[in-house]
Order: sequence, then structure tokens, then C-alpha cells
Amino acid sequence: MLDIPFWKRLLILGLVALGLLYAAPNLFYNRVEQHNDAIAAVERNGFETPDEAAARAGWPNWLPSGLVNLGLDLRGGAHLLGEVHVQDVYKARMDALWPELRDALAAQRDVVGAVRRVQAPDGQLAVEIGNPDQMAKAVEIARGLATPVASLTGAGQSDLAISANGNRLSVQLSEAEKAATDDRTVQQSLEIIRRRIDEVGTREPTIMRQGKDRILIQVPGIGSAEELKQLIGTTAKLTFNPVISRTSDANARPGPGNVLLPSMDEPGVFYIIEESPVVTGEDLTDARPSFDQNGAPAVEFRFGPSGAKRFGAYTSANIGQPFAIVLDNQVISAPVIRQAITTGSGQISGAMNVEDSTRLAVLLRAGALPAEMTFLEERTIGPELGQDSVDAGRLSAVIATVAVVAYMIASYGLFGAFASIAVIVNIILILSIMSMMGATLTLPGIAGIVLTVGTAVDANVIIYERIREELRAGKRVVKAIDDGFSEAMSAIIDANVTSFIAAAVMFFLGSGPVKGFAVTLTIGLVTSVFTAIYLTRLLIVFWLEWRKPKELIL
Amino acid sequence: MAFRLKLVPDNTSYNFFRWQWLTFGISAVAMVASVVLILTMGLNFGIDFKGGTTIRTESPTAFEVGDYRQALNELNLGDVSITEVFDPSFGTTKHVAMIRIGTMDETGSVTPEQLNEIEAALQTVDPQVVFAAVESVGPKVSGELIKTAFYAVGAATIGILLYIWLRFEWQFALGGVVALVHDVLLTVGLFAAFQLRFDLTTIAALLTTLGYSVNDTVVVFDRLRENLVKYKTMPLIDVMNLTVNETLSRTIMTAVTTAIALTAMLIFGGDVVREFVIAMLWGVVVGCYSTIYVAKNIVLWLGVKRDWSKPDPKEKAPGEDIPAAFRDAP
Repeated sequence: MLDIPFWKRLLILGLVALGLLYAAPNLFYNRVEQHNDAIAAVERNGFETPDEAAARAGWPNWLPSGLVNLGLDLRGGAHLLGEVHVQDVYKARMDALWPELRDALAAQRDVVGAVRRVQAPDGQLAVEIGNPDQMAKAVEIARGLATPVASLTGAGQSDLAISANGNRLSVQLSEAEKAATDDRTVQQSLEIIRRRIDEVGTREPTIMRQGKDRILIQVPGIGSAEELKQLIGTTAKLTFNPVISRTSDANARPGPGNVLLPSMDEPGVFYIIEESPVVTGEDLTDARPSFDQNGAPAVEFRFGPSGAKRFGAYTSANIGQPFAIVLDNQVISAPVIRQAITTGSGQISGAMNVEDSTRLAVLLRAGALPAEMTFLEERTIGPELGQDSVDAGRLSAVIATVAVVAYMIASYGLFGAFASIAVIVNIILILSIMSMMGATLTLPGIAGIVLTVGTAVDANVIIYERIREELRAGKRVVKAIDDGFSEAMSAIIDANVTSFIAAAVMFFLGSGPVKGFAVTLTIGLVTSVFTAIYLTRLLIVFWLEWRKPKELIL
Repeated sequence: MAFRLKLVPDNTSYNFFRWQWLTFGISAVAMVASVVLILTMGLNFGIDFKGGTTIRTESPTAFEVGDYRQALNELNLGDVSITEVFDPSFGTTKHVAMIRIGTMDETGSVTPEQLNEIEAALQTVDPQVVFAAVESVGPKVSGELIKTAFYAVGAATIGILLYIWLRFEWQFALGGVVALVHDVLLTVGLFAAFQLRFDLTTIAALLTTLGYSVNDTVVVFDRLRENLVKYKTMPLIDVMNLTVNETLSRTIMTAVTTAIALTAMLIFGGDVVREFVIAMLWGVVVGCYSTIYVAKNIVLWLGVKRDWSKPDPKEKAPGEDIPAAFRDAP
């Protein structure tokens, strides 16, 4: 075990050197971070300001510039866990289906009789027909509107579940379609949240799906979870709906197919509008802040071709009628149509200031969240607390290392020094691997590193104790060292595999800080086995070859 | 020349089984006591598991918890607890309080308006107070977190059980796992006894302790297996004593280095990780003890196959079960 071929020596020392190189940027954290930020800004904006150029020059381009990503608890920032109300989409789908179903059934009025939409739970569309004995025909018509489910698991199944009872026909989404829709809804929400956060341009946000209908959002450097919530908690669902009437009665009964919505800027005023919109925000191709003819802040928007066509057709058929611009279930304004709008562009004005109009434009451009979100977990960590934690973590890691090194040298002398070198290299390797992976270091992660300092020597201790025994048994130095290493191997592997099991469990079942801890722990296990077995052995071999000792006191 | 710090002499021959009934009894009593403590006193669950909101305030001037409480009482926040955080590293210009507000409703979080009210109310008492951290967790998530935490500890235990079983024998696996359960119970018991905050990071500490404790056990088992083959005729109890004596130096050495590192973290790591470090430090002590006095006792009582190179002596040799009268005459 002690004849290490030259290429292996080179490989071991090479890996250590590489580790040093990749850990180095963390020593100059601020400078490297500014360098990286400047590069990102240049990529985003396409030009470089003198400040950015200076920041970029602060760290040589040819050096690695990966940094250990500091977690929210170390940097400060906001953390949100949101739940997407996937059921919202079922209702929207049914409301959109209604005009289609109505027209299809109306075409067969002679057979099925009069058609009327009746009250039904959300996510269900219930229709009463005049001739119950012709229900089979009505079901057939409804079935004609169904399409196959577009997902792998639900392939071949219909997207609508249709049932009939007396004169009542109910339609809802089939289970397979619900599953497919849920998945789409969450994906879409994820994408829209990402776009909204990117528009604000903060550093490295984490936006990921968690479980079936949850989204985890972590944004470092943002002031509070509240701010973040305002940005992504707004649905920004924009629709243009026909107006039935205007009322001041908050309890007015809107009738089936209609809804009663409050006005945004006139308190006490309500509008009864048709629930099915003429055009929705999804048809928008652009939105930007501007001013209306009175100089008040407004948002200018533009429809895509199909939206423009529908909007044109509706406005030309309803000149003189009011129509409502609805944002998140509030009527922003309800202007009267003066002429057909066929150009596909328009303006939203109402009670807003410049800030509001800018935000509304951002939200409209990024698109509406397909469903509402509620927040199950919110955390804000102030930057000072983060800095304090980093300082405390660093101090305790240094003290722990010094104390362990002193103890090891006192116990094993020169071999203790070898083990200490291994421990220090081990910490550097952990940091370098984390920098390369872009892994996030959290507060428990620092505790994990400190713990690794303690346990990393374990493998060395097992080996050294074994060597001591072999020496006591009267073996010669080289033989004792050789046997010590090989005999200790099985214990070292067993010990590390069991720790690895615990770390793996933490990674797969844990969330947030626990996961971060598991990552540090796992990296620490791998690097400590490397340093304890390979690096220490190499150092000992160098020493053996240099001094050719006849005896060893351990 | 060489001075060597040796906490354990070179050749020891302690009889670790002399007091086996006493030590095992102590362990059993400690386990029962932990369960009783957990059931009667309950755990001081953090918001991860309980839901609600915590606010960490920092102020350069000293404050009275009573004043804070009075300021907040007027806001009708329901269940509010305020604790002052003491830490030697703070100095005189940093005064920290933790305010915990119980779950308000389904969403569990304090609304932004309420947060503003709380901040305003506290600022009337102490104008320089700032919110260093605000965290809230809804009851829906907290319930799930408890469940996952249980699964995590369970899954880790089963994983370790399987691994030891595959690498050794079922007696070892059982001994190792009893030791694990012992360590987990005693750690959770400590948290109940001193009402330390029990949250997600505590679970992480618990799992790490699990890894450490089993690490320790496995190293001893590994040597035990080796010795069982080496000393085929020595009684099991003596082989075990020999094994523990042989590995004692390593056990103490590793425990001490780990404890040194953790103590540094305990003193200088700040109050945010204190509970986490306490759990691990205690885990190291208990883990060490359970390796020697719990895991091995179980293996001793269960008995173990002595020699892997030959068939189990308990298995009968061919023809042995045939009554002598029917065997072929010699």
C-alpha cells in the first residue's frame, strides 16, 4: 500500500492544488462577487458602464470565479413557500366552455329545447334543457366538445367528464385532465414568477417547484418577504367583459353567468358583468406605462392578431355600450365604446400613479398567474443578522480547527501534523467543491463544516491507533504503517457509509436549511475520506522516503 | 523525546461488563425518563413545527421584556411570548429579543398591517428597535414538517439497520439500532427537560448524531468481528472486552476532537445555532456511551455466530439428529 506510483502522487497533489485554486475566490468574496455581477449586468444590458468595467477588472478573468453561494440565513433576504390554487383553473375552463356549449346546444334547439345555465359548484358547468327526453342528444353534443387529454399518463382519455340527471346536464374536467392541468398550472406559475422576479433584476433567486402544487421562492438581498409577495402574489388577470348594469347595491343578484364586481376607484359602485370575457390579458403582446390624454398615468397595451380581431368584432357590434376592463376581480374602468377599435391597441387608465402604472405594465407583460397563490411560509432575514452569523461561523470554524490541530499534534506528534494538514485541506476542498457546484452554504452548513473538522480526523485516528497496535506487536515501521492502513480500511468505509445514509435521508426528506446541511455533510464525507486516506498516506510516504526511519514513536 | 498526550494508556483491560446490569439499567431508566419527560413536559416546538410567527428584534439599548409585552398586549395578537436572548458575544450594544406569536388563522401568518402595528408599538417603547428577522409558517406546512421529520428519523434508522445487517449479522444490526433509539430518545428527552427550541435544524442535528453514534458502533463492531475470527475459543464476553479495550483509545480520541470542535461552535457560533450544537454535543456523549454499554450488551445477549469460515455450530452436523440407536455401528 505504500508504493504509490508517480502518477497517483501527481493526481493527489493535483486535486489538492485544484481545490486550492477553486476555493481561492472565496477569500476575496466581495471583489469576485462584484466581478460576477458586472459580467451579468453587461450580458443583460448589452453595454458596460465605467463602474462595471472597474468591477470586472477587480478579479482576473482567467481565474475561477465560482463562489460559495451564501444562503438566506447568511446573506439576508426573503423566502416564500406558495401554494398554487390549481382548482381555480377548473372554473376558468368551465366558464370558457359555456359559450361554446351554449352555441352548440342552441343550434339543436328544436331537439333539446331551451338551454339555461344553472348554479353549480365551482369547476362544474350545469345546464338545464327544455326536453329532458332528448338528454342523450344533448350529452352527445357536449361530448363533441371534448378532446383527448394531452399528457403521457392520461393519454387516450377524454378531457371532459359529462353526466346527466333528469333535465340537468353537468360537465366537469375528467380526473386525467385535472392532473394534466394541475401540472401545467404550476409550470406556468413558475415561469411567470421567474419572469416577474427577473424584471426586477435581483441576484440569483431560487425558484423551484416543491411537491404537487407548491413553489419555493428565495430571493437574496430583497428587503422583505412582503415586498416579494406584492410582486408575485398579484395574479394580474386582465379581462375585458361586457357590462350588464351598474349598481350601488353590494348584495345585488347578478344572475347565472354574470358576476358582481366592485369598482376600483369609485367606492360603493358595483358592476354586473358577463363572466365570460371578450378578450383576456393572454392576448396581450405588449404593455408599457404611458399617459392618457389628460396627462394621467396609464398603461398602453397591444393585442395579438386573434385578440385584435375579437376585440374589433365586439366593439363594432356594441357601439354605445359600456364594457369593463377588469383586473383581478376589480373593475378598473368601464368606458363606453365610441367606435370600433380594430387597430388592436388601447389604453387602460384609472386611479393610478406612475409607480402603479409601471408595475401594472410589468405584471401584464410577464403575464397573469394562471391561478391564485397563498403563502404557507414566509421568512425575512435581515442582512445584519446574516453578517453576524457569517462572522460567528467563521470565528468558530477557525478556533475549532486550531484546537483540533493542537490536540492532534499533542497526541500524535508529526503524524498529528500530517492529519492536521489533511483536515485543513479538507475544509478547503469542501469550499471549493461547493463553489464549483454553486451549492448554497447555510448556517447549519457552517456547523456541518465545523463538525467535519471534528470527525474528519476520525479516519486518521482509526489508522494511527491501528499503527500503534502494530508497532506494539513488534512490527517494523514500514510494515506497521502499511498494515495499519489496510486493516483500518473496512472500519473507515463502514463508518462513512452509515454517516452517508443519514446525510442522504436528510437531503431527500429535508427542506431548506436541512437540505443545505446534508449537502455540506455529504461533500465533507467524500473529501474527508480522500484527505484522510490518500493525502495523509502520501505525506507519510514522503516522510518515509526522506528520513527512512528505523523507529517510530506514535 | 516524544511527548505524547494519551488520554487512554496503551494497554488497557477494563472489564466493561462488570457493571453491565447497572449501566444497562441506567440506560433503561434514562430512556423511560425521557419518554415521561417528553409526554409530560412536551417539546418546545419552534414555528417550523407549531406554525405561527417569530420576530427577532435587535436594539442597541437595553429593554424590559415587560415593556415589550405591555406594548404588544394592546394589539390583541392572542398567544404572544417574548424572550430575551442572552449571548456572551453580543457585548453591551446589542440586545436581542425573540417574539413568538401563535397561529392566527388558517394562513397562520401575521398580516403585513399587523407587522407594521407591532413595529410601531415596539418603537414607542424603544425607538431604536429593528426587526432582524421575521419568519412565519402556516399550520398546514408545520404539520407536514413534523410528519417528514418523523419519516426522516425513521428512514435513517431503517437504512442504517439494513446496512449493518448486510455488512454484519442481524444481532449487530439490532444492537446498533437499539443504541440509536437510545441516543435519539435521550437527546429528545434533553430537549424536553430543558425546554430547548425544537425545530427543523434540531432534526438535522439529531440525524447527524445518529450518523455519529452509529459510526462509533460500527467501528467497534468491525473490530469485534475481526477478533471473533482471531480468538475462536475465547468466550464472547471476553472477546468483547478485549475489543472495546483495543478501540477505546480511538473512541475517546474521536469523541474529544469532535467535542472540541463543537464546543468552539457552542461558545463562538452565536445564539442562532446554539440548540443545534447542544443537540450534537450531547449526541456525541450519549453516542459514545451507548456504543460501549448498550449496543454490545444487546449483541452479547443475543449471542453471535463465532466463525464465518465454518458452518454455524448451532446448525446440526449431517446425521446428528438421527437417534444413536439407528446409526450405523462403528
